[in-house]
Amino acid sequence: MRPILMKGHERPLTFLKYNRDGDLLFSCAKDHNPTVWFADNGERLGTYRGHNGAVWCCDVSRDSARLITGSADQTAKLWNVQTGQQLFTFNFDSPARAVDFSVGDKLAVITTDPFMDVTSAIHVKRIASEPEDQVGESALILKGPQGRINRAVWGPLNRTIISAGEDAVIRIWDSETGKLLKENDPEVGHKKTITSLAKSVDGSHFLTGSLDKSAKLWDTRTLTLIKTYVTERPVNAVAMSPLCDHVVLGGGQDASMVTTTDHRSGKFEAKFYDKILQEEIGGVKGHFGPINALAFNPDGKSFSSGGEDGYVRLHHFDSDYFNIKI
Amino acid sequence: MADIMTYNDIEATAARIGIDLSQLDLDSIRLPAGEDFGIISDDEDIYNVDNSELDAGFSNIIVVDNLPVVPLEKFEKLENVIRKIYSQIGVIKDDGFWMPLDPETNKTLGYCFLEFNTPQEAELAKERTHGYKLDRSHIFVVNMFNDFDRFMCVPDQWAPPESKPYTPGENLQQWLTDEKARDQLVIRYGADTEVLWNDARHLKPEPFYKRTFWTESFVQWSPLGTYLATVHRQGAAVWGGASTFNRLMRYAHSQVRLIDFSPGEKYLVTYSSHEPSNPRDANRVVINIFDVRTGKVMRDFKGSPDDFATGGAGGVAGVSWPVFKWAGGKDDKYFARMGKNVISVYETETFSLVDKKSMKVENVMDFSWSPTDPILALFVPELGGGNQPARVSLVQIPAKEELRQKNLFSVSDCKMYWQSNGEYLAVKVDRYTKTKKSTYTGFELFRIKERDIPIEVLELENKNDKIIAFAWEPKGHRFAVIHCDNTNANNNPRPDISFYSMRSAHNTGRVSKLTTLKGKQANALYWSPTGHFIILAGLKGFNGQLEFYNVDELETMATAEHFMATDIEWDPTGRYVATAVTSVHEMENGFNIWTFNGKLLYRILKDHFFQFLWRPRPPSFLTPEKEEEIAKNLKKYSKKYEAEDQDVSIFLSEQDREKRRMLKEEWEKWVAQWKQKHEEEKEVRKNLRDGEASDEEEEYEAKAIEVEEVINQVEEVVAFEE
Repeated sequence: MRPILMKGHERPLTFLKYNRDGDLLFSCAKDHNPTVWFADNGERLGTYRGHNGAVWCCDVSRDSARLITGSADQTAKLWNVQTGQQLFTFNFDSPARAVDFSVGDKLAVITTDPFMDVTSAIHVKRIASEPEDQVGESALILKGPQGRINRAVWGPLNRTIISAGEDAVIRIWDSETGKLLKENDPEVGHKKTITSLAKSVDGSHFLTGSLDKSAKLWDTRTLTLIKTYVTERPVNAVAMSPLCDHVVLGGGQDASMVTTTDHRSGKFEAKFYDKILQEEIGGVKGHFGPINALAFNPDGKSFSSGGEDGYVRLHHFDSDYFNIKI
Repeated sequence: MADIMTYNDIEATAARIGIDLSQLDLDSIRLPAGEDFGIISDDEDIYNVDNSELDAGFSNIIVVDNLPVVPLEKFEKLENVIRKIYSQIGVIKDDGFWMPLDPETNKTLGYCFLEFNTPQEAELAKERTHGYKLDRSHIFVVNMFNDFDRFMCVPDQWAPPESKPYTPGENLQQWLTDEKARDQLVIRYGADTEVLWNDARHLKPEPFYKRTFWTESFVQWSPLGTYLATVHRQGAAVWGGASTFNRLMRYAHSQVRLIDFSPGEKYLVTYSSHEPSNPRDANRVVINIFDVRTGKVMRDFKGSPDDFATGGAGGVAGVSWPVFKWAGGKDDKYFARMGKNVISVYETETFSLVDKKSMKVENVMDFSWSPTDPILALFVPELGGGNQPARVSLVQIPAKEELRQKNLFSVSDCKMYWQSNGEYLAVKVDRYTKTKKSTYTGFELFRIKERDIPIEVLELENKNDKIIAFAWEPKGHRFAVIHCDNTNANNNPRPDISFYSMRSAHNTGRVSKLTTLKGKQANALYWSPTGHFIILAGLKGFNGQLEFYNVDELETMATAEHFMATDIEWDPTGRYVATAVTSVHEMENGFNIWTFNGKLLYRILKDHFFQFLWRPRPPSFLTPEKEEEIAKNLKKYSKKYEAEDQDVSIFLSEQDREKRRMLKEEWEKWVAQWKQKHEEEKEVRKNLRDGEASDEEEEYEAKAIEVEEVINQVEEVVAFEE
């Protein structure tokens, strides 16, 4: 497996997303330009210019027509994927962080950070089918969690919203009424900031990664803890293989600590775990710096990782990978 | 500790009186002042010891007796004299001087009271001036004011002490009777201290006892493993017991910093250093020697750090621990410390100096005890610019008779290494070269147990080599040396390691080299406690390289790496070895357990990992003959254990398989449930997507497809040659 090294960003990567067909890879970084690549050979297709701050997260619609991005410039923007044209800008009073399209792409959830006197919030926006009909009003605003909300995603049938962030609690909200439905059992939950959240293909379960050096697998409907994956370093990014029963964890020590120790001690590897047995099965090295983003191609035959070092590494699995037995 | 409510009791009570515990903010509860509802704090009695003095408030007052009796006219003169004497020692409080007068004669009564700023100063004043000769007929008698009360309370009639009924204690050696012959270890991480069994067969540690905030600074096993000592602000405590860890004894010594057991664990030495109230004064050092079992202070030593600083010429800052070195053996008979130009040897029967006086040794720099016998080895450096040679001498205690002496010339430094059975002593001597610009190293090897103690000189083949580490084989006759060419140390970071034997097969009386390993990444040597095997470790700069080496066969058994390892500890039986990364750096804190031959058994990660210590074992009671017999018939003995090992490993793999099956089944259940729910919601989802029926939920399948492509085909005739 020889990775394809994709250099386009000048600052650390923050997020990676494949479209449904698995032919395009969208990357966000702390430079201001989300970028789209061919997911097969890593060729750069183009960038989406217009943000004036770090871009934290993105999502692409099912038909690969629209892209939504959340940025530290206190906006979330809708883009035409094909032309790179800005379609609409949602303005907020604080940096936007996580974005997620609902099933059917008629709604989007956007989280905003706490900033000065503004507390963190989860906004639900209606997405019009025609850009000219788009309005900026929120259909619903959820408030409550302390600190940053690092991820918010839709639950099954758009009936719930799942959020997780700095206060290490996973919450499920009613997306109609805005009522808090569930919090995870603090006994078994994460102990430190939850940095990442990845849903399974069918949305039935999801994986969270946390700075407490573990990742946990939860049932989406009941918020029952199913599995815990323990690692040796803070987890910044998680991904689940849609094909095999594997999960990938990425992370590493704080960027501020990197230069003071040997690069080996940082453990900037993407670690593969058996999803069911919770055992480590392998690692993919390469990044010089912590891994901030991970994504699996929907076909399960390749995955990409984005690092603090500003590179995206695209890995196509060898055939051996599919025959792993433990 | 007996009547502590369990949490269940509390919950039951709460339910009975209708309080919802989850709604209750425990921090908001305030007890009425002075009321503790009979809940005794764990540390109360230690506090009491200190407080009784403070409460009385007189602990900073001393009474000076035997002063001259003077009339009123001379009162002021005497006061000035006394003030002059005592103001050198501490600060006398503003109205802290009181010399009462006899109302009839208007003369002083021959005593006075002095109040100091702190009890420490008062104590110091008492120590320094008790017996002070003002003149021939006036020798000061100084007492603490508080002591007067105590002395007054002593009854005139002697009453026989009540004899307490004997209560049998727990078997403190219970852990040695473990059926699987496992060893215990203690680890300290975060706020927790935990004692574990090393269950190598099951490839994991088995918890034995755990306690949060068990110690305030560190823990330490006693040398025979009977006790675990914890160190607190108020003093030290020892713990032990058959099935758990109970506190057996406490030793009050406020702000204790360091502790040290005697080798037979009869005595505990504690050390503290106090900031003086006057910043110009030196710190005050207090050393107590306790009897471990009774908790009684057997002797205390107080003074400034200079009194305890080692190094003959003076000017060595700080105290090197342990201050008191114990003579070898289980009897704990002698201990010694070094002062300026003296070695003070004490014996534990009376806790006083042997022969009532210290041994005078001009300029003594270093000393050490033989690990088994009451023999002291001393090192005295060169004096008078080389006129008087440096020497190393062996002194027998209590006779203080010199057994052997060796004069050495142009010495810059000396270090002594005893072999663990006390059979050999190696003295590493750094000598100046003729130009005095550099040094080279040689060894003086003493054979203690042979007649007249013959000495042999060993020099390295390459004179420029610098010694990085030296280690005797425990109970053996071999030693290992890491040496490295000094002149190009920077270009050659890979030092060599040599092994020597004090008696090879054909030459019993001479030291001979066994082998030299070239260019190893090692800077520390760790012999197995039973000898034969050694770990050549590259710690710190070498990132934790480990080489497991068999010295009998002179071959490497395994090489491994424990990245960034900081500590290596053999278990007391020499079966397993632990390497640990302690909290000197942030990452990868935890420990690995290896077999003696370098197979990694398991690894445990713990954040903020501070300490790893194996529980020592007392020496075996088997006679050497019996041990030899066991070694000879090892096959017979090991059969039983091998069978057990096999059972365990079958059991383990069975268990493992079972666990995996369970996990798989559990997972299947989840997946089935999800599939069903997903199916149920299919229609709704379709509606959400505006009727787009593409719900064929992307069933990808991995297929290995082999494609053969003929790129090129060339036929050529190859000439056949005869």
